[in-house]
Amino acid sequence: MKNKTSLFTKFRQSRLSWPLLALLLIFIFDGIYAPGFFKLGIVDGHLYGNLIDVINNGAPLVLVAIGMTMVIATGGVDLSVGAVIAISAAMGAVLINPAFGNELISNDILTQNVSRTPLGLIVLANLAAGTACGLWNGFLVSRAKIQPMVATLILMVAGRGIAQLITNGQIMTIYYTPYFFFGNGYILGIPVAVYIVLGVLALAWLLVRKTSIGLFVESVGINAESTYYSGISEKNVKLLAYTFCGFCSAIAGLILSSYVHSADANNIGLNYELDGILSVVIGGTLMAGGRFSLAASVIGALVIRTFTITMYTIGVPANALLAAKAVLVLVVILLYSDQARNIINNLFERKGRRKDA
Amino acid sequence: MHKIKTFLLKNGPLLATIAIFILVYAIGGQLYPAMKKPQVFLNLFINNASLLIISIGMTVVVIMGGIDLSVGAMIALSSVASAALLQNNLNPILVMVLMLLMGIGLGFVMGCIIHYLKVEAFVVTLMGQFFARGMAYVINESSVTIKNEFYNFLALTKIHLPYFEKAYVYIPTLAGIVLLIFTFILLTSTRFGRTVYAIGNNEQSALLMGLPVARTKLIVYSFSGFCSALAGIVFSVSLLSGYGGYAQSMEMDAIASVVIGGTALTGGTGTVLGTLFGVMINGIIVSILQFNGTLTSWWTRIGVGVLTLIFIGIQSLFYVGKKEK
Repeated sequence: MKNKTSLFTKFRQSRLSWPLLALLLIFIFDGIYAPGFFKLGIVDGHLYGNLIDVINNGAPLVLVAIGMTMVIATGGVDLSVGAVIAISAAMGAVLINPAFGNELISNDILTQNVSRTPLGLIVLANLAAGTACGLWNGFLVSRAKIQPMVATLILMVAGRGIAQLITNGQIMTIYYTPYFFFGNGYILGIPVAVYIVLGVLALAWLLVRKTSIGLFVESVGINAESTYYSGISEKNVKLLAYTFCGFCSAIAGLILSSYVHSADANNIGLNYELDGILSVVIGGTLMAGGRFSLAASVIGALVIRTFTITMYTIGVPANALLAAKAVLVLVVILLYSDQARNIINNLFERKGRRKDA
Repeated sequence: MHKIKTFLLKNGPLLATIAIFILVYAIGGQLYPAMKKPQVFLNLFINNASLLIISIGMTVVVIMGGIDLSVGAMIALSSVASAALLQNNLNPILVMVLMLLMGIGLGFVMGCIIHYLKVEAFVVTLMGQFFARGMAYVINESSVTIKNEFYNFLALTKIHLPYFEKAYVYIPTLAGIVLLIFTFILLTSTRFGRTVYAIGNNEQSALLMGLPVARTKLIVYSFSGFCSALAGIVFSVSLLSGYGGYAQSMEMDAIASVVIGGTALTGGTGTVLGTLFGVMINGIIVSILQFNGTLTSWWTRIGVGVLTLIFIGIQSLFYVGKKEK
């Protein structure tokens, strides 16, 4: 009996357990209401099915969630990720088919399967654009001392304008096939996007768990001032977090634009900032900053993706999905609130103690 | 001399906002003489009526140290809901009352979750945004036209101003101005207004002073809900239709207007009068772009972004410098 309690306690205290439970609940729901959900097939040597869709379509969101986790752990928030995605996508599209200035571009140039710039340079430019945006956010937050919400709001409002400036206001369709590799390619039957996500996750994990940066990030999130007095440059820690978030969003923009074969400055990556924040919240990282878990945020992002695809599978229209998502968030908020925690604690552990709600 | 100095320091951000508004307007007037017509000035009010209304609600919320991201979606929801109800031949007055009640109700629920469950206002109102926009699409996925005599009357009746020839506003435009005056008095000369500022400065001390924190918070979020429902009515009257996709990311315009108007997002300082000028600056940029004709709408976004940045700079000059020990 005692062993059972301790196992339960261990489960309750693990950061991964809540998001995993949420994912499990959605899977159980799928098992009952959408029987075809778990079906996996192989078409043209690629794995194929709803689950693959979750990780393939979810890759950009997972990337954003990883970056967002770092930012939120420092006690900030990055509202500009959607705009950064648009800028990165616009950068890629424009380097393939240069559309600077007001010159009209004839259709036959645009539809050719060629690039004006080498692929490596395009990827580099994408990443550089996003990282520069992150650097700008980090600069505003750490050096100019602007509240994170406002500082990133500026880029959120202006970012899509900048992206349109880059693409000259056009929705640029991409016809250059090698570019599609990132979003549509497969290696050993598994989408390339998955490898990219794993790579970034490994990089982030090494960065925060094998060096002391993770510790610094958490300490800045808990108390920036005392971190400063203990001799850690809280400014640089914040700068790094926002830059990393920009970098992650840039990769997300690369994958997204490659997946949909176009760069639409107004709509690409729309609402990603919201989904990203929700992923982190579902993952159990507090909005106030402090302790964080990359894995939990990744699972949080997958929960959102799975939930979305589940809703599509059972026939909820795309637009009404927002209301369903709101209900999901409400449930998560209620589960994670102090009151709910107290009730659970009172129920299972502190039976002898006075209830303090 | 000393008095002037304190006055300047106290009202610095507001004065800066007004100065920039006059400057931008003057530049516009120089470039395009047609902009000097009084009607162009009145058009600022006509075109930005609903933005002004939600910005007023947002100002009160922000002064209290919160934020409300649901306002844009609430406009969409109340426009669709009223259009759908009018299609079923409900009394238009009743429809408006229902919409306002719905706005107050949703704001109240969000306020309850924020206050009693101690969840970040940001996350809760984000949820409210999802919910409202989703429900708007559940009601109807496409645009619904409003064919109602009373709504037509509201939308098309011009009120001519005295002393100005050919200068007019529409009836819904007045709603924003009335609300502005009401909120101005509410914030500056009532006990409730002082409580809002006190909570924005420091919620803990406000609570310890015995101020009704819970009640005030709930009222403020309900007020913001009320404002966004009212803005939705104004929006649906001016377009004579309702659609779930209306007012996309308008909450961001509202926040930008509030910030440009000199209200600090940290809470505790700000005026609703500044917000009026924030909205007008937003509108004047759009007007200049329209008069120019060759520049495209994305410049609005960049312009608003840059202005927000400038104003945050001004704010930190006035407020943050003062707050730091």
